[in-house]
Amino acid sequence: MTRIVVVGASAAGLAAAETLRREGYTGTLTLVGEEPHLPYDRPPLSKQVLAAEWEPDRVALRTPDDLSGLGLDLRLGVAATALDLAAQAMWLSDGAQVAYDGLIIATGVRPRRLPGEGAHVLRTLDDALTLRERLGPGRRLVVAGAGFLGAEAAAVAWRLGARVTLLEPAPVPLAHAVGEQVGQVLAQAHVEHGVNLRTGVSVTEVTDEGVRLADGKEIEADEVLVAIGSLPNTGWLADSGLSVGDGVVCDEYCEAARNVYAAGDVARWYNPLFGTSMRIEHRTNAAEQGIAAARNLLNPEARKAFAPVPYFWSDQYDMKIQAYGYLRGHDEVAVVDGDLGERRFVAAYRTGDRLTGALAVGMPPKAIRGWRQAIVAGASWQEALHGATTV
Amino acid sequence: MKVELDEPKCVASGQCVVAAPDVFDQRDDDGVAILLEEHPGAELVDDVREAVAVCPAAAIRLVER
Repeated sequence: MTRIVVVGASAAGLAAAETLRREGYTGTLTLVGEEPHLPYDRPPLSKQVLAAEWEPDRVALRTPDDLSGLGLDLRLGVAATALDLAAQAMWLSDGAQVAYDGLIIATGVRPRRLPGEGAHVLRTLDDALTLRERLGPGRRLVVAGAGFLGAEAAAVAWRLGARVTLLEPAPVPLAHAVGEQVGQVLAQAHVEHGVNLRTGVSVTEVTDEGVRLADGKEIEADEVLVAIGSLPNTGWLADSGLSVGDGVVCDEYCEAARNVYAAGDVARWYNPLFGTSMRIEHRTNAAEQGIAAARNLLNPEARKAFAPVPYFWSDQYDMKIQAYGYLRGHDEVAVVDGDLGERRFVAAYRTGDRLTGALAVGMPPKAIRGWRQAIVAGASWQEALHGATTV
Repeated sequence: MKVELDEPKCVASGQCVVAAPDVFDQRDDDGVAILLEEHPGAELVDDVREAVAVCPAAAIRLVER
C-alpha cells in the first residue's frame, strides 16, 4: 500500500494518521480536513472555550512539530465531495482528485438545525468563539435541546451570568440515554442553579425574537443555541456504492468495503462485545476507532474486531459525569453506590441479563473502574450486582 | 524517553491508566492523572504511545530523545 487517504482531520482522523505511521507505513499519507484549523479537540468547546477559560490555541491536539513529524500531505479547508470505489479515487471541493489504495473515512457529524435564521450551533471552534462573544451577564440565552451538549452549554452560560432557558421536548432530559431516574437528578441541577428548564416543550422554529414553540407561543431571547443532536457527514458518499444508513455501515473490523474503513462519529459498526451495531459520538471512541481502523487497514491478515467499552464524560456545574458501556436501550437501572439525592453515585445498567453500562457522578475513579472491568468481561447482571455488595 | 503530562488539561477519564498502568495512576479525589514514571524504560514505550493516542484531552506527550 503506497497511497492512503484519511478523510477528516479531527480526533479520529488524526489518531488514524498517527497510527499508520507508528505501525510503519511510509507511503503517501493524505489527511483531508474541511475546517481550516490544524486538528483540535472538541470537548473543551462547550466547556473551557465557551467559558473563555481557554484561548483557542489550547485545544490543539498536537503541536505543529509533532504534526510535521508525520510527513502528511495535509489538505485543510477542503471538503470531500465524492468517492468512486471502483476507481479508488475521491474528489475534493477544490476540484482535486485523489487516488488511494487505502481509505479511512472520519468525516464526523454536523449539528441538526431548526428552520429559521440566526441561531447558534456548537460543533466547531468558530461556533464556540462566536457564541462566547455573545454570552455575558443578563444576556438571555435559549438553548433548544437538553442533551449533554445543551446541558453543558447551559451550565457555562449560567456561570457567565446569562439568563438561561433550557428547552427539552422529552418529559425528562436524557432519559433515553441514562434512564429516567438519573435524568431527573441531572435535570434538578439545572433547576437548583436557576436555569429555567422547561420539559415537554418542542421548538419548531428560530425567529427574529427568539424561538417559536409547537403550541405557537414564542420565547424571546438575545441568543439561541440549537443543540438537538447531529447527523453523520455521509452526503459525499451518496453514489459511492458504500452502504450508508445513520453512518457509514461497517463490519466488526470497521471495514466498509475492501480497503475502506470508517472511524469516529460517522462510523456505524458492529461491536461484538455488545452484539449490536452502534454509532458512538464520544471523544474516546474517535481515537480508539481511528487506531483500530488504521491497524486493520495495514494488517489485513491479522485484523482484530473493534470491541471497545464506550466511555464518555460530561462536566455540568460542579458535577463530573462519567459513563462506561452502552446505555441506550437498557432494561433496568440500579443505584449501586452513593446517593442520587446528593449527586454522588454509581448507577449500573442492565440490558437483557447482562451488565451493559455504569454511570457515575462525583465519584472517585476507583469506584467506577471495577464496573468498567465487569463490562469488559461481559459480566452478567447477577455477577455484577453480587460483586458490588461484597466489595 | 520523557513523558509530559499537562495536568490542567486532564479530564480524569483514566484511559491512560488502562493503556499504561505502570506509568500512570489517578488521584483518588478527582481522578486527575498522576505520572508515576517520568522516564519509563524502553519496554513501556508502546504502552505510553497508546496512552498518548487514547487520551481524550491530548494531555500526554512523549518526548523521545
